[in-house]
Amino acid sequence: MPPRTMAELVLERLAPAPAAGEPTISSSLAPNLVLVVVVAVLVAAGVFLLLDRSLVRVLLGTLLIGNGVSVLFLVSGGASGKPPFYGTPATEMSDPLPQAMVLTAIVISLATIGFLLALSYRLWQVSGTDNVPDDIEDEQLQELADLDEPSATFDVGEESTTTSDELAEERS
Amino acid sequence: MIDDVAANLVPLPVLLPLLGAALSLAVRRSPLLQRVTSTVALTGLVVVAAILVVVTDRQGPQVLWVGAWKEPLGISLVADRLSALMLLVSGVVILVVLIFSIAQGQEDDETDTPMTIFHPTYLVLAAGVSNAFLAGDLFNLFVGFEILLYASYVLLTLGGAEQRIHAGTTYVVVSLISSSIFLIGIAATYAATGTVNLAQLAIRLGGVEPGVLLVLQLCLLTAFAIKAAVFPLSAWLPDSYPTAPAPVTAVFAGLLTKVGVYAMIRVQTLLFPESPLHGLLMWAALLTMVIGILGAVSQSGLKRILSFTLVSHIGYMVFGIALGTAHGMAGAIFYVVHHITIQTALFLIAGLVERLGGTTSLDRLAGLAVASPVLSILFFVAAMNLSGIPPLSGFLAKIGLFHAGIEFGTPLSWALVAGGIVTSLLTLYALAKVWSQAFWRPIAETPAPAEVAAALASGSVGVPADVDPATARTTVLTETPSTSRAMPPLMLAATATMTAVGLVITLAAGPLFAYTQRAAADLKQRTPYITSVLPPEVRR
Repeated sequence: MPPRTMAELVLERLAPAPAAGEPTISSSLAPNLVLVVVVAVLVAAGVFLLLDRSLVRVLLGTLLIGNGVSVLFLVSGGASGKPPFYGTPATEMSDPLPQAMVLTAIVISLATIGFLLALSYRLWQVSGTDNVPDDIEDEQLQELADLDEPSATFDVGEESTTTSDELAEERS
Repeated sequence: MIDDVAANLVPLPVLLPLLGAALSLAVRRSPLLQRVTSTVALTGLVVVAAILVVVTDRQGPQVLWVGAWKEPLGISLVADRLSALMLLVSGVVILVVLIFSIAQGQEDDETDTPMTIFHPTYLVLAAGVSNAFLAGDLFNLFVGFEILLYASYVLLTLGGAEQRIHAGTTYVVVSLISSSIFLIGIAATYAATGTVNLAQLAIRLGGVEPGVLLVLQLCLLTAFAIKAAVFPLSAWLPDSYPTAPAPVTAVFAGLLTKVGVYAMIRVQTLLFPESPLHGLLMWAALLTMVIGILGAVSQSGLKRILSFTLVSHIGYMVFGIALGTAHGMAGAIFYVVHHITIQTALFLIAGLVERLGGTTSLDRLAGLAVASPVLSILFFVAAMNLSGIPPLSGFLAKIGLFHAGIEFGTPLSWALVAGGIVTSLLTLYALAKVWSQAFWRPIAETPAPAEVAAALASGSVGVPADVDPATARTTVLTETPSTSRAMPPLMLAATATMTAVGLVITLAAGPLFAYTQRAAADLKQRTPYITSVLPPEVRR
């Protein structure tokens, strides 16, 4: 048998002789239930942490979600097999493409950790806490609503000078 | 031979800025060398993009399999008419904004921003944008997004002032969530089809069960809609953009959301041509337009008004995508080109207004028409262009979309046309308010900055809503109203160039619209893309 390139081996692994007219979808794709549960737990815990005010917890949340998604890639790669080294028969090795993608995703999540850690440290430096603050705009709107006043750019026409306070007085 | 040369040009828009970034890090001690490096790299990007526009228009899509891996396995970079046009427009915008920021850096002696970081990061941003436009597979598209996002995180929090950190936090977390959703979408797509190559997906997704297909489509569209700031996923944008330095806001506003729009166009046409989601997208477009512009009308800070008009006008592009017809797509592409240039121009003008007036709050700005007639003219032209006053390009872009909407002929598409007209009028209203307050009003009618600052400091008025919260906060914290600074001619020239590009689009609207129609026809047909990426034996 002539020596084959890695690309040919992978191709062979990916496309096990499609039936005529049928789209090629790998047959070994019954997902591993354990992995699916792991993904669900990781992502759920991550979302829970993301909703917290502390930026460090948000960081941990994004990490968990990132890891959950990485495991999801393993699920998408189909059944496990031998390590995809050069020379392994194509039918026995596991699908190397999702692994390559996961590797990229891991590197990216490393950058995420670095940046978010720096960000939360800086937030702690400037504000003494790593809590995400309320939005100023929201607070203002809330204040205006409490005072029952229109915003400054609202054009007060002649007919709209009655505030709801005055209405309340009239009623009482 | 010629084909090979053209194909080998395809990776250059990514490579040039990346190499430039490395080089400008190496020469970080010399601001002059950094500026030269960035300018040369980005000029190269524009030239290559211009060549690609011509080549793809004449010879069809150009494809390069990186590292010459066997066809469906490696990473492909594809430039078709749409990608090439987006590359050219984004290249021009990035280059002009670079010149603006160089002028700003020279004027301010680069003391208030760490410019040594700025240049490499800015170039990496350019590389990320180009990579996203050229990506031939979903995963490379994701990598392109990540490159530009990480560069944008750094640019947005440049200097590390408290406000920027606050704004950056929102932006980073929202972007991370959208990236996770995108990754989930990619994993699911790979599980369903065994590939992430767009051309292969176009073939294989046809055989996937409709329910699974819908899940994949929703995953990808949600991720892109967050990046493109489509309502109801748009709330992060007006909070995070206005605090960044002027050139950064300008390039973000012009480009980053449009990369999301580009991804939506690509995925909707190539992967999901029989989309069942037209109705959903149309509702999203309508709500984005109307709610976005209502936000702009209620604001009183110039940068915030512009941020809300940005969100609102994304609705027009989604309108074209939602229609899904060739005319709709052509209209959307034309609108993207028009909007990238004009929104960038407006944000650059806002940066100059901030320099000149010391604030962007409309309640404290006045008399700019007297102070700088040139700036006023630039604002007037750009504002009229954005609102869609005939005969400017904004009008032509909207006519293209409305024509496609009326042709579609469902009640919802008529509602969208009506919503588009209302949005256009409200945009005019919001920008006319800016004009009459900041530019036309005599200075005597404004409250003196000192009074405002005193009232704020004494706490008698709290933080009043008539002051831009960003400005209010700095005023309260520092109690020194920022002062007006000189406007260097080069900054003004860069801004004028950007506005002029908007006018050039107006003048060249005929050929440009014909080009976008050819691009849209390619997208609808799908075969030019698929056949040029995949050789016949792997087309399955």
